[in-house]
Amino acid sequence: MNITRLFTTHRKPLSVGFFILLIAFVLTFPLYGGIYPTSVLTTMLMYAILAVSWTMFSGATGYMSLAPAAFLGTGIYVMALLQNYLPFPVIMVIAGLISFALALLLGLVTLRLKGIYFTIFTFGLVVFIGNVVNYVEAKVIERHGWVFNAMDETTLLYIMFGLAVVTVLAAYFIGRSRLGLAMRSIGGNEEAAEHMGIDTTRIKVLTFAMSAVFMGAAGVVVAPSLSYSNPGIAFSVVYSFVPIVAAVFGGMGNLQGPIVGGLLFGYLEKTLRATWLNYYNLGFGIIMVVVILFLPSGIVGLVPMLRDKLGGMIAKLRKGGEAEQHGNT
Amino acid sequence: MAEAERLLGLSIIGMLGGGVYGLMAVGLSLQVGVCRVLNITHGEFVMLGAVLTFVLSQLGINPLVAPVILGPLLFGLGFLLQATLFRAVKARARSPEAFEGNALLVAFGLMYIISNIAQIRIGVASLPSHYLTSSVSFLGVNIPLNLIVGFAIAAVLGIGLYLFLTRSRLGRAIRATAEDQPTAELMGVNTKTILAVCFGLGALLAAVAGTLISLRTDVNTGIGFNNTVIALVIVTLGGLGSVPGSFIAGIIIGIVSMLVAGLWESILIVPVYYAMLMVLLLVRPSGILGKK
Amino acid sequence: MRSCGKEAKRSNMGILEGQGVSKFFGGLAAIANVDFHVDQGEIVGLIGPNGAGKTTLFNLISGTFPLSSGEIGFKGRRLNGLKPHQICRMGIARTFQETKVFGNMPVIQNVLVGAFFGMPTHVSGAAATREATQALEFVGLSAMGAAPINDLTLANQKRVEVARALATKPELLLLDELMAGLNAAEVSEAMELVTKIRDKGITIVMVEHVMKAIMGISSRVMVLHHGEKIAEGTCNEISCNRTVIDIYLGEETHAGS
Repeated sequence: MNITRLFTTHRKPLSVGFFILLIAFVLTFPLYGGIYPTSVLTTMLMYAILAVSWTMFSGATGYMSLAPAAFLGTGIYVMALLQNYLPFPVIMVIAGLISFALALLLGLVTLRLKGIYFTIFTFGLVVFIGNVVNYVEAKVIERHGWVFNAMDETTLLYIMFGLAVVTVLAAYFIGRSRLGLAMRSIGGNEEAAEHMGIDTTRIKVLTFAMSAVFMGAAGVVVAPSLSYSNPGIAFSVVYSFVPIVAAVFGGMGNLQGPIVGGLLFGYLEKTLRATWLNYYNLGFGIIMVVVILFLPSGIVGLVPMLRDKLGGMIAKLRKGGEAEQHGNT
Repeated sequence: MAEAERLLGLSIIGMLGGGVYGLMAVGLSLQVGVCRVLNITHGEFVMLGAVLTFVLSQLGINPLVAPVILGPLLFGLGFLLQATLFRAVKARARSPEAFEGNALLVAFGLMYIISNIAQIRIGVASLPSHYLTSSVSFLGVNIPLNLIVGFAIAAVLGIGLYLFLTRSRLGRAIRATAEDQPTAELMGVNTKTILAVCFGLGALLAAVAGTLISLRTDVNTGIGFNNTVIALVIVTLGGLGSVPGSFIAGIIIGIVSMLVAGLWESILIVPVYYAMLMVLLLVRPSGILGKK
Repeated sequence: MRSCGKEAKRSNMGILEGQGVSKFFGGLAAIANVDFHVDQGEIVGLIGPNGAGKTTLFNLISGTFPLSSGEIGFKGRRLNGLKPHQICRMGIARTFQETKVFGNMPVIQNVLVGAFFGMPTHVSGAAATREATQALEFVGLSAMGAAPINDLTLANQKRVEVARALATKPELLLLDELMAGLNAAEVSEAMELVTKIRDKGITIVMVEHVMKAIMGISSRVMVLHHGEKIAEGTCNEISCNRTVIDIYLGEETHAGS
């Protein structure tokens, strides 16, 4: 009768089981899903990647980064430039490295300082890079937009899935490592962390740069399905905002939160945004405010919360029942 | 010497426009400095000021009179947001850093809420809000009247605010709260009300800035984000929390914008001030007039 | 009159040395031309009214902010310009006036942070866990390892802070108002803990307002006022010092005798 206990003691096998099911589902989906739904699934995975890599840095350290779109856009551009010259996996690696370098540079400038400067800087970063690229395209090389070579949706799905698995594994192992401990201590109390021997600037910059790698690589994978790109499309703030809302909604304290949030919001992006644009965005904003106020641990944190409340209610009912049995006072 | 004249002309126009940017940034500075909220919704208040000025003008109300209505209205909105929303966030935060992070995310959500309600109700079309477009000639440059009026109003408000903050009792209470809230509370300052007042003031200044912007250029419901970016850059350049700093930085940014647009490419305006921001963060993060 | 703490076996080897230390904030001198000297194995008390600059001095020693002028040396090495994490790895650890624990982790992980990162060389997972467990045991909290730290009482949170500092294997420990907010029983326990730490061979400098604690265990006391050192000596000397009594001890000397 104790469902709640089922969830706690059997948590490990349930998680593993969940992931196996997920993998099987994704791998077989193209067989019966159809082209468009397959691309929706690919987008869902992309947002999961963005949400997980965002949480890798911002969730642990508390430094809010609005930069994901910058790195994703970089990946898209790397693909646009190199798609005819190099094999796909190599392009992914290059995009990852360039994103790493870019994040390293940004981090070195801004992460020495208080979090607020970092956030301010990353806020307009996407606009900054977008405008620079726009300028270079329009005036220097006189190019108007890039067309991507078409690629098989199934292949793209598998590659994105592979990247997602790598990202999740990386986030998992980093979380359990001493680097993860160092980052969480920065998030807990940065001054204390510094005084316990942690070179906080180095750790922040390194982790920020690492998280950018996956975002850049994801950009390469999403590019072919865009079929056409220009700076406005590639460097869109949506790619920063959605992963953040997704991660906050899902819950930033663990790995499942951003995964669940990313998948969910990726799905909503593909299905609702086009038709309901303003109402959808409005809902977005409302969800964000509601989650921060009432669900600080996100949706995933809701489960333990509900479990506790449910357990409490059942206990009270039992006590009430006993009181009746023993007669009234 | 035509080139020098042109530069001068651009600089003057930039300075005048920059005054309004400065006003906008001062509002944000108050919110960041006192309420410790990095209010990324700020640009949306500017947008509301701009767009609603147009709406009122369609109802026959002179744009220069609009701030009299919109100012208190948006002050009230800002006041309410701080008194209810941000106060609730603060109550639930387990540390000042957690509060700042959560407040940021809430502001994020608000940004979406405000801009999309506006877009739903008013639409996204560009609104022809120009006013006072006749020009005055000065040193060989044609300066639109709306720029001069805008700068004048911004300057008056800016100076007024500065005097208010430095001379009045309420101003001193505000500065005490910004400096050290718990101590100020102990000394008898009603800090909760002060925070709400400051947030409201910030919103009011944003709204007025919005009105002034609408005088000189067509506006629409989507201008919020870009103005937030500009405000953030200016506030950082001027020194977080410094009112005169924000104003001066606003003027500098205004001049830089015009020079970049006139001599180079307007698309490079944002990149140029980002580059300036990067240099500043490397050299003197506290800003031009910020405290170290 | 107060009886002083047991005189430590003074090795007469200076472990911490400050000369002409000054710190200005804007035009204001938070610390003005302070000289100090701490020998290994001592417990030195640092007292003074609020705002005297005690925590600022700690911040200068631990590298939280740079000196405006002067020199601080630790075991012969200059500390000027070093960052806090470098200073920690050299062997100086500290606690904080407002308890700065890592609220997002359980107790044991708080201490683990010190164990992993406080050493100049790489520490294996096993060694760090061992060190952390021992540190928790030393402060008497081994039963609470898994508890979320925010569930602990203030007194216990302060102990975790001490354990965390000890896990970095310091030679010098700076304790900033360890006793603040503790009741009489907790203060006695804390005093015992501090003596235990000294007996392990760790030199201690402690900022305190609780006179009973300072006088009970320090071998020497320094008095700061408006950023200047106005007196230094044994507890007896200090509690008899006219100037100090006038500005600081005041009623207390008579109240608690």
